[in-house]
Amino acid sequence: MLRDITIGQYFPADTIIHRLDPRAKILITTMFIVSLFFIKTFLPYLFILAFILLIIKLSKVPFRYVLKGLKPLMLIILITFVINIFMTKGEVLFSIGPLDITKEGIRQAVFMALRLIFLITGTSLLTLTTSPISLTDGIEKLMSPLRRFKVPVHELAMMMTIALRFIPTLLEETDKIMKAQTARGADFESGNIIKRAKNLVPLLVPLFINAFRRADELAIAMEARCYRGGYKRTRLNELQFTKKDVLALILTTIFFGFIILTRYL
Amino acid sequence: MIIKLENVNYVYNPNTPFEQKALDNINLTINEKDFIGLIGHTGSGKSTLVQHLNGLIKPTSGRVIVDGIDTKAANGDLLKVRQKVGLVFQYPEHQLFEETVYKDIAFGPSNLGLSEDEIYNRVKTAMELVGLDFEKLKDRSPFELSGGQKRRVAIAGVLAMEPKVLVLDEPTAGLDPRGRDEILGRIKKLYEEKNITIILVSHSMEDIAKLVNRIVVMHRGKIVMDGETKEVFKQAEKLEQIGLGIPQITSFMRTFKEKGNPVDDTVVTVEEAKKELIRFLRSKKNA
Repeated sequence: MLRDITIGQYFPADTIIHRLDPRAKILITTMFIVSLFFIKTFLPYLFILAFILLIIKLSKVPFRYVLKGLKPLMLIILITFVINIFMTKGEVLFSIGPLDITKEGIRQAVFMALRLIFLITGTSLLTLTTSPISLTDGIEKLMSPLRRFKVPVHELAMMMTIALRFIPTLLEETDKIMKAQTARGADFESGNIIKRAKNLVPLLVPLFINAFRRADELAIAMEARCYRGGYKRTRLNELQFTKKDVLALILTTIFFGFIILTRYL
Repeated sequence: MIIKLENVNYVYNPNTPFEQKALDNINLTINEKDFIGLIGHTGSGKSTLVQHLNGLIKPTSGRVIVDGIDTKAANGDLLKVRQKVGLVFQYPEHQLFEETVYKDIAFGPSNLGLSEDEIYNRVKTAMELVGLDFEKLKDRSPFELSGGQKRRVAIAGVLAMEPKVLVLDEPTAGLDPRGRDEILGRIKKLYEEKNITIILVSHSMEDIAKLVNRIVVMHRGKIVMDGETKEVFKQAEKLEQIGLGIPQITSFMRTFKEKGNPVDDTVVTVEEAKKELIRFLRSKKNA
């Protein structure tokens, strides 16, 4: 039932993209997002498309996985598209009732939809090629300068790691409890909204109780191993920023710099 | 009431990098009044198999037929299948959710749409079957009971649906010896008095030997052995090869025989061994 849901959606493989330092990947993705918002015309989109296709090819992530990431946001893309098409003023092509469809509207709608699609595929490529654990490691390292301002960077990263770590466990647990209650004749699939919400009680009560129990156990287990927050902790796998990470950063900086420049040409 | 599995295959996460074949061409017939012990390593497919029996999982290919109902074709009939085949999961106390013991046990029967009187009777009977005091415990919160009691409440919740086949997945895991003996004793009594079919998934060869009359052994998604308790435990080498074992007492009798003492080494319980050893010692004295 719930096994089909992939949260974090990491696609394990051993490619150049997967091996890249998570910090480099996070920085590249940030540059990607920023440069997307600088684009004014359609031509630079071609370069962005080529860039995305290249990354997909290099990372060996199946194309349908990337498309799957778009699915849940299809509605938002659609709404953006429709609003843009009707709300942009300009040369009227034709009208449906009180609504005018303009040439600029169509252009703007397509443009915004493409921006959203690229935004989502680009960022989901980051989570597809980086395991959640190394992602939080990367975030922790990138945010570590904030420690100066008394931001509990390590604690935040630890919370993220633990939360990510328990997503599959809780999903499994949900699946198990759902099955156990279904075996006792519970029905999670039919009825109206109120009935359905009511039917969730036999699922949610045990799930919460078990989650609290697990949290308690984990806290005790960490305490038993003398865990004491972030100060001067070392780690098993230190992140290594290698030559190829530097090279990737330089190349992409040039590329995105060029994309941003197209706005001013 | 017969359950029949024909060429059943099951694959988890098909067409993804996490694809995993859990059941590999399973053919199995469960007859009325069987008391089956299902054994196998962690990950051998036992739990997956068990969930096929009441339609919680439907086979990727092949058929599961429960009392004439094909679980793959039946949509509305699945509730009927689940009433007939009661499934008690591992650590069933983790699924308790109601405010009182009574309400929790009544959850199953009320899903079947029974009348209040009928539900009351069933809850009372089910609690008696698992050895819980109805008057004393029915209004208590299930969360303030002891581990063994919680588990018995959960088992009663399944028994209250009056299944014809009862499947128990590791019913004694994590219990103290007294709790374990209590549960196993209740299961045995259920089988003897209620005439239901029982399938017991367990890692303890001793428990299996004491209770069941047929053993099914699974290994890597396949059924590798299926036969009477003694017949299966005779093949100690084969069982050890796949990382399982035989009851300690059987192992002792085998060694004892190898040392040149003509005893029956197919006994599987301490009780049987005691009789056999007394017989052996008497025959020696008489000689």
